[in-house]
Amino acid sequence: MLSIKGLHAKVEEKDILKGLDIEIKPGEVHAIMGPNGSGKSTLGNVLSGRPGYEATAGSVSFKGQDLLALDTEERARNGLFLAFQYPVEIPGVSNMEFLKVSVDAKRKYAGLPELSAVEFMKLARETSKRVNLDANFLKRGVNEGFSGGEKKRNEIMQMMLLEPDLCILDETDSGLDIDALQVVADGVNSMRDGKRSFIVVTHYQRLLDYIVPDYVHVLADGRIVKSGDKSLALELEAKGYSWLENGEG
Amino acid sequence: MTQEVENLIKTEYAAGFHTDIESDTLPPGLNEDVIRFISARKEEPEWMLEWRLKAYRAWLEMKEPTWAHVKYPEIDFQSVSYFSAPKSMADRPKSLAEVDPELLATYEKLGIPLHEQEALAGVAMDVVFDSVSVVTTFREKLSEAGVIFCPISEAIKHYPDLVKKYLGTVVPQKDNYYAALNSAVFSDGSFVYIPKGVRCPMELSTYFRINELNTGQFERTLIIADEGSHVSYLEGCTAPMRDENQLHAAVVELVALDNAQIKYSTVQNWYPGDAEGKGGIYNFVTKRGVAHTNAKISWTQVETGSAITWKYPSCILKGDNSVGEFYSVALTNNFQQADTGTKMIHLGKNTRSTIVAKGISAGRSNQAYRGLVRINPGAEGARNFTQCDSLLIGDRCGAHTFPYIESKNPTAVIEHEATTSKVSDDQMFLCQQRGLDAEKAVSMIVNGFCREVFKELPMEFAVEAGKLLEVSLEGSVG
Repeated sequence: MLSIKGLHAKVEEKDILKGLDIEIKPGEVHAIMGPNGSGKSTLGNVLSGRPGYEATAGSVSFKGQDLLALDTEERARNGLFLAFQYPVEIPGVSNMEFLKVSVDAKRKYAGLPELSAVEFMKLARETSKRVNLDANFLKRGVNEGFSGGEKKRNEIMQMMLLEPDLCILDETDSGLDIDALQVVADGVNSMRDGKRSFIVVTHYQRLLDYIVPDYVHVLADGRIVKSGDKSLALELEAKGYSWLENGEG
Repeated sequence: MTQEVENLIKTEYAAGFHTDIESDTLPPGLNEDVIRFISARKEEPEWMLEWRLKAYRAWLEMKEPTWAHVKYPEIDFQSVSYFSAPKSMADRPKSLAEVDPELLATYEKLGIPLHEQEALAGVAMDVVFDSVSVVTTFREKLSEAGVIFCPISEAIKHYPDLVKKYLGTVVPQKDNYYAALNSAVFSDGSFVYIPKGVRCPMELSTYFRINELNTGQFERTLIIADEGSHVSYLEGCTAPMRDENQLHAAVVELVALDNAQIKYSTVQNWYPGDAEGKGGIYNFVTKRGVAHTNAKISWTQVETGSAITWKYPSCILKGDNSVGEFYSVALTNNFQQADTGTKMIHLGKNTRSTIVAKGISAGRSNQAYRGLVRINPGAEGARNFTQCDSLLIGDRCGAHTFPYIESKNPTAVIEHEATTSKVSDDQMFLCQQRGLDAEKAVSMIVNGFCREVFKELPMEFAVEAGKLLEVSLEGSVG
């Protein structure tokens, strides 16, 4: 699904990723943990092609394609999805409209016809139920006046509608209370089908109680310093990151 | 000017006059003979000619306004031709195949129906054209309701009493430089009269879209809504208008008598000049309405065209409890310049006005919102709410706000809100991460920004206006 080899990246002339390697097979869930400033969010931004995040060396292959050669929107249409840590508002653009043009853009790229307004509305209503969002949210402006939890659930709803092959969740758990966390995790788990892969970026082990990863990687100073299974997350919770940063990894 | 000089100019012109009287276009230049010529060609009564001449004489004494936040080379008003008859059928393209493919591509993007494309591109239609029958049906329906809707040149001949009673009462001949010029040389325009208590049975739009062609560069429109009547009038077209004339100076007067309502919507899409800022229409417009007791006037405008726009649709809230509204979207791209806004003059008691102005600047364009809210001493309990938002795309464009508030009555309540924002990188990234390309993303964000105004437009037009923004924004990103 995704093969990252020796990836270096910089943001505003500052080197953030310094030779990162990860292999993700279809159906796997990889958690990326690490202290502040280790490059966790940068990884998601570089992979999804956010302007200002520049890959300077290494390679990324996504479903057999050179990911870094694709435009931001092409990566998305090819099935890469980033759930934002801080979803931005787009005033006046209804959520429904936004979701429909995104879904249509992806369908068009895949050579499928656009969904009719009626078909889409039905699909969107069903999906909003799955993340416990009232159908009214579809009529409101994109993220406009949404609470933190509502914004995150809105991200998961978009993910469900777009049916990506690779989902990157960038600290989706930040600012969520336990109920919202449960809803988000249920949503993600319902999408695990043995083919779709996930990168779950998080600070806290807590999320991984709900979304159980196949692998846990610790990112420090732009590199993976340790990899393991879910027990690594528990170990980190107990010991913190400093034992790894001090070179034991 | 001394009598001698005047005579000299007259004589000089008389020579050229004779040679050109056969032709359909006057040579450039403006003097009293040109005005006599226009009036004669239109077979106007003597009073109309006098009215025009009075305006012309006033115009000679006036100065071109320079306070607007726009820059352009000085206009030589003697180099403009003030009369040109519509092209004859023989000179027009025979079919759409003969029309500029680029123009057709734009019509396509806007979803303009084929028969309207033909009308807009000026295709000669002398055989059966389905909109002709549509027009006839409309005419019948309107006349059943007693509504008068015709070119103002016809109204001058057939309804002289109405025209005499109202023409120039809202925008007097001497109102401003361009209004005076228009009063002297106006080519044609529309006349609407809605009788007492009548609700106009249709939007005066589709009809208009087909019929407004070739009304010329100095349009004059007069709409009178008699007591208790309603009318919704739509001016303009989302399709780009081909026009050889660079200078446009229109005047629109609205009269809403007691309990009447006029909704006037405009989409202006004149040629804005090319990406380098060459060419384009100069658009100097005076639009104003008077609202009598309990009457309501609502202006909605979407302005995307013209190189220079100078336009302030205004309401004089004369009667008690009268209401004025102004909803505006102005979009400038490349090197376009717009100075636009409104005036709300509160004279009557408990008068209310609402202003929602949305300005979008892209490219190297410059835009100013200029609005006046004046509460006169007699306007007890007057209220105004103004919201003025600017959206910038890129970092080479400009947005400016010039609000003027004059309150002479302590009971008045005036609210003013203004914001300036940019299409943010984060918004763009969100859209692109969801698979939208940059142009689609910008047009969607801009459409969202304009939503409050678009919802005031007649339904079918709101959709077109959205597409129009998309076309106008082409090339503003990337």
